[in-house]
Amino acid sequence: MMLDLLARIGLTVRIWLGDVGAAARTFMALITGSVSLLRRFRLVTDQIHFIGNYSLVIIAVSGLFVGFVLGLQGYYTLNKYGSEQALGLLVALSLTRELGPVVTALLFAGRAGTSLTAEIGLMKAGEQLAAMEMMAVDPLQRVLAPRFWAGVIAMPVLATIFSALGVIGGYIVGVQLIGVDEGAFWSQMQDGVDVWNDIANGVIKSFVFGVAVTFIALYQGYHAAPTPEGVARATTRTVVLGSLMVLWLDFLLTALMFS
Amino acid sequence: MHYNRGSYPGDSLSVSNLVEIRDLQFGYGDRPLLSGLSMDFPRGKVVAVMGGSGSGKTTVLRLIGGQLRPQAGSVTVDGQSVPELALPALYLMRRKMGMLFQHGALFTDLSVFDNVAFPLREQTALPESMIRDLVLLKLHAVGLSNAAQLKPAEISGGMARRVALARAVALDPQLVMYDEPFAGLDPISMGVTANLIRTLNDALGSTSVLVSHDVHESFLIADYVYFLSQGRIVAHGTPAQMAASSDPYVKQFVHAEADGPVPFHYPGRSLAEQLGLSEHP
Repeated sequence: MMLDLLARIGLTVRIWLGDVGAAARTFMALITGSVSLLRRFRLVTDQIHFIGNYSLVIIAVSGLFVGFVLGLQGYYTLNKYGSEQALGLLVALSLTRELGPVVTALLFAGRAGTSLTAEIGLMKAGEQLAAMEMMAVDPLQRVLAPRFWAGVIAMPVLATIFSALGVIGGYIVGVQLIGVDEGAFWSQMQDGVDVWNDIANGVIKSFVFGVAVTFIALYQGYHAAPTPEGVARATTRTVVLGSLMVLWLDFLLTALMFS
Repeated sequence: MHYNRGSYPGDSLSVSNLVEIRDLQFGYGDRPLLSGLSMDFPRGKVVAVMGGSGSGKTTVLRLIGGQLRPQAGSVTVDGQSVPELALPALYLMRRKMGMLFQHGALFTDLSVFDNVAFPLREQTALPESMIRDLVLLKLHAVGLSNAAQLKPAEISGGMARRVALARAVALDPQLVMYDEPFAGLDPISMGVTANLIRTLNDALGSTSVLVSHDVHESFLIADYVYFLSQGRIVAHGTPAQMAASSDPYVKQFVHAEADGPVPFHYPGRSLAEQLGLSEHP
């Protein structure tokens, strides 16, 4: 009985380690296979266009609404202490340090990540990847690598757009609707937000999230069972694993950057 | 439509084989799929590998292409042992091969033109003007030069198969492998595809491996036929020999008989036993 339990735990750990090893190997092959992209950067720019377009509208609208809510909630809290002048600072810091990178990554996983997983999974199910291999073309280099770098480059850009529109949202609600002093709103923000500590660290966060979410999406598609059910499961796994990974990495990076 | 067929050239030492398979064993886990397989694919010939679903026909193609590795035995293409090749060498060897997948496997995000241009753009440094001419010539050969700008979703299944055929021969390969090229096609498309396989093989001077379960079309264009059942070769010979064969499996297959060595009923208990009507001892 005890032996059975130990054997089951051992098997689970072994399978898990095998999966981690396979993912690490794919990741290394993706990175080393990316060298050839330097000669054909057009493949990456095409994908940035697709992936960026997929996510731009949802991220822009979400950024604006998160800014609206931050303006309302921030004013409610700050007003209790008579510090509503600091609303601009609160909105900007919340967005650049946390909400911008994290919410963008979560939305990206749901929008572009699922799309990447389904696309790669369906290419596999339709034998398109096998056909490519038989044409002596490595799908990792030709299909996965351009999408990977496109995701990594697009994520910080999208997070920056999210934060910028969030600040505008906070301004509309705080200054235009509630009546916080406009000069105080911008000057406190300018004074309190540090380019390196706040903005650059936020960009680094979104870069790391870009690597994690895009790789998870591509890996799940590439290793999906080549059936409709297999692709559906892989797409779900992209959202679940991608979101959890973003939250875990956010905790880790915040602890490292701001502690 | 009839083509000249000689005696099996693999028997003659004067003609070399492009592909040779010897004592091949392959399986997934403990389940054997192919066992003791030995086959010859002589240069310039169309050789059909036939058998029912699950007989291991497609696996033979994947072993020749190096997508799978055998557990024992050898697979040699143009004198090179495929399972022993490292990935870069395998990719070099695949440049001599073309493969037509069962459902075409066209890239759905690319146009018909770009699908055929894909191997040329990836594997050669030809200028775009020359690629354009080559692609249009290949598409013309399959009768689809006027469909060049359409997307795969805008053409019929038979046309997609012809585009995939043009793509498979884009680099004028020595070896072309066809995985169920007639499956799901209407009779006209089937005849067109069969005609193209034979014509392209003879025009390019290539060697063709044709995996199929369509007796009529395959017998029409093949020089030699192997019959597989449960991972073993059960018969082989020219199409004429196979058509006249008295082998029970070949007879059942060629004449599409419902019952025979391949039973109609899934093996197990009889209906009487399942209904509890059989006498208990």
